[in-house]
Amino acid sequence: MKTVKQLSAALAAGQVSAVELAQDYLARIAALNPKLNAFITVDAEKTLAEARAADAARAAGTAGLLTGVPVAHKDIFCAEGWKTSCGSKMLDNFVAPYDATVITNAKAAGLVTLGRANMDEFAMGSSNENSFYGAVKNPWDLNAVPGGSSGGSAAAVAAGLAPFATGTDTGGSIRQPASFCGITGIKPTYGVVSRYGMIAYASSLDQGGAFAHTAEDCALLLNVMAGFDDKDSTSLEHAKEDYTRDLNQPLAGVKVGLPREYFAEGLAGDVAAAIEAAVTELKKLGATVVDVSLPNTKLAIPSYYVIAPAEASSNLSRFDGVRYGHRAADYDGLADMYEKTRAEGFGWEVKRRILTGTYVLSHGYYDAYYLQAQKIRRIIANDFVAAFKDCDVILGPVAPTTAWNLGEKSDDPVAMYLADIYTLGVNLAGLPALSIPVGFGSNGRPVGLQIIGNYLGEAKMLNVAHQFQQATDWHAKAPIL
Amino acid sequence: MKWEVVIGLEVHTQLTTQSKIFSSASTAFGAAPNTQTAVVDIALPGALPVMNKAAVDKAIQFGLAIGAKINQKSVFARKNYFYPDLPKGYQISQFELPVVEGGAITINVDGVEKVINLTRAHLEEDAGKSVHEDFHGMSGIDLNRAGTPLLEIVSEPEMRSWQEAVAYAKALYSLVTWIGICDGNMQEGSFRCDVNVSVRPEGQKEFGTRREIKNLNSFKFMEQAIKYEVNWQINEIEEGRKIQQATILFDPDTGETRMMRSKEDAHDYRYFPDPDLPPLVIADEWIERVKATLPELPVAMQARFQSQYGIPAYDATTLTSSKEMAAFFEAVVAAGADAKLASNWIMGDVSATLNREEKTIADSPVSADALALLIKRVMDNTINNKTAKDVLKKMWESGDSADTIIERDGLKQETDTGAIEAIVDAVLAANPKAIEEYRSGKEKALNALVGQVMKGSGGKANPGMALELLKKKVS
Repeated sequence: MKTVKQLSAALAAGQVSAVELAQDYLARIAALNPKLNAFITVDAEKTLAEARAADAARAAGTAGLLTGVPVAHKDIFCAEGWKTSCGSKMLDNFVAPYDATVITNAKAAGLVTLGRANMDEFAMGSSNENSFYGAVKNPWDLNAVPGGSSGGSAAAVAAGLAPFATGTDTGGSIRQPASFCGITGIKPTYGVVSRYGMIAYASSLDQGGAFAHTAEDCALLLNVMAGFDDKDSTSLEHAKEDYTRDLNQPLAGVKVGLPREYFAEGLAGDVAAAIEAAVTELKKLGATVVDVSLPNTKLAIPSYYVIAPAEASSNLSRFDGVRYGHRAADYDGLADMYEKTRAEGFGWEVKRRILTGTYVLSHGYYDAYYLQAQKIRRIIANDFVAAFKDCDVILGPVAPTTAWNLGEKSDDPVAMYLADIYTLGVNLAGLPALSIPVGFGSNGRPVGLQIIGNYLGEAKMLNVAHQFQQATDWHAKAPIL
Repeated sequence: MKWEVVIGLEVHTQLTTQSKIFSSASTAFGAAPNTQTAVVDIALPGALPVMNKAAVDKAIQFGLAIGAKINQKSVFARKNYFYPDLPKGYQISQFELPVVEGGAITINVDGVEKVINLTRAHLEEDAGKSVHEDFHGMSGIDLNRAGTPLLEIVSEPEMRSWQEAVAYAKALYSLVTWIGICDGNMQEGSFRCDVNVSVRPEGQKEFGTRREIKNLNSFKFMEQAIKYEVNWQINEIEEGRKIQQATILFDPDTGETRMMRSKEDAHDYRYFPDPDLPPLVIADEWIERVKATLPELPVAMQARFQSQYGIPAYDATTLTSSKEMAAFFEAVVAAGADAKLASNWIMGDVSATLNREEKTIADSPVSADALALLIKRVMDNTINNKTAKDVLKKMWESGDSADTIIERDGLKQETDTGAIEAIVDAVLAANPKAIEEYRSGKEKALNALVGQVMKGSGGKANPGMALELLKKKVS
């Protein structure tokens, strides 16, 4: 398994061309995607055209560090000329007429699009079983879910179908699949990556981010994706950063906080053991461990599952069959057209969240649900602010267990929601966090360690992750397919 | 029973920005359908709104003009409902925290002044349009208008008659066009009024149940609609029926109002703060910057006209009914015309002719300088007032100057006493009865003879001089 850093060096040295690299990956996708279902759309001609342009740029001397490196994009980022389905039947016929800022930035950096990664429909889900295009399989165990909602991106990187991939994280949708698939995934501070052209699920929580094998590769992709964008009013007016700048800082003196609520009842023993071993490793590298508290951790679940559906119910209203996307074939009048179109176009989980969201915003319920959830959201953010007074990063599990079996929780949405307990708070607070592989559970499925940073603390978080990966080789393990 | 009418207005004014409120697409009217639409306006997946600061400037201007509070922090909210001309499935508006709160507008009905308080004014986006012609059995959607900035101006329910409601709407109209935040084109929907009407027995404190007449785009329709609606409501109650809260439409063809939707069908809009837009924060500097661009307002200008030009309040009010007319008046005076004469001419013949030709003063073929010259010719007795009216008519048609016309048509006033004396003698000889009456104390008897002298002189005699001569000869 090659890292982006290695591919970049090979391209710069002329050991491989962008076209050859693209062909290698396309061949691997053709061979393995039928097993994994990690991609919704692959278009070799488009990919090779981009690769040829990258080679031409290199020949002309205008290549950048990552020119010619292939990338898989989650099917949530609008990309001109590509079907952009968001995992939904609703957008099965939608070819985006414009580029998301993330896509514009990737193109400007010379990245070559390998294809469009599968995902839970409209990014709603924790198992990638909610895709109109079928479930994605976990490369470590084809009976296991890859996590979600960015399951296709995570599975593609883990299986070597792409060296890195874009994703989005609204309640854990990068960190949890990264954890389940044994790779590295980063969700930056809210506002660091532009949401322009990224199909909205819950606007105040959605944030684009990156998957790769290593923290260093994640930093490289984040360098491409991040930056202020005047097309997104929630984008942070923040100077461009080099996220690799602190990778090699020693960990001596770094204070890592362990929130006791993340190690309480509900955390599986094998996951706890892997996390504890990783903490021991970090201590060896010079970090000091402090006990911190995030007392309202449990409230993150009800707060999130009110706010996110509320925003989603409104965000998804535009899918009405009028201007683009699916429209029912037979209908009698306007109301019937809306009803049939949306009944046919949306899957169950999406409908469930639209209904929940509509309910909590309704007259007479708004104060009891939506406003209350917003208050809890502030309390949770304040908990993090208090905890960061005592530490530089916060460590904990990403999920209570390793990946579960396909179908295991699909009939029990609440059980699935409860598995998001360690990731939701970060989104509610708008903090950055990442997941790195730190071992395997008793069933042989990967365990991820979550590293949560302070606001705009991406470089510090990546530093901790990189130093850990310099001392260990969990990130270098690959599934046998 | 005596009934009291209670009326409140919600007025949607289209703001005169170049681009839309949340996108860079043009707001120009009349383009081919769906050609003025950015990704935001057709609500493509992933599209995001970005606030157009020019629309905020105009909201601030309005707030300053009515003495309202400009909120330092206001919040955009989503108003959720499904309709094909509403591409996102929600309208971005302001709900709990509007940009402008309070303020007042003074109206004048039959010389009685009344202050109408405003509740609020908030920024929002317009919807697109459904097009029903040309599509057999189907509807077309034109989203050019979607995202056009609107300022919705909400009054308190303080109007007590259709006259007050129309006066308020007109005052508001003249204010928003005066400060230039709205082009005032009512046919194109730039100024649309929703009128809330209820009635209650005189003396009752509680409001009656209101019905909202939607989307009136002319003052005439507003008058007709309110008159009809008030009668209808009183009649309903007097016949023992209860008024149900409803949204209604006025049909100009029948002159009647009809139900659009009842309260049961009312939407639950599920307002909540738009997570795509941070709160709108307006610092003092922003308000100061806008204040500096605000033109002199009508009320201030009326006071100044009275003190500076010595014209009556009525004249000052009429002349400031539009910014263009006020500027025209000042230009005429600046060019040397007497202020009161200038006022008379503008309010009189000039306005009458403009009205007849359905023109505004901006389109007047007679410039301020040209009118000033005409007035000066009256002032220096070159022509009399009556001749001047004819000269104005000719100026209007030909574009020639007053002097050219006076010279060409030989209209110069006769000031040669000898020439007029002969005419006066002839007139007196023919009217012995009038002389008798005058001598018996009926002063006005000779006035009637002035007209005959004028006629005899071909209109060129100076009427004042003619009267003097008549008196001299008789006494």
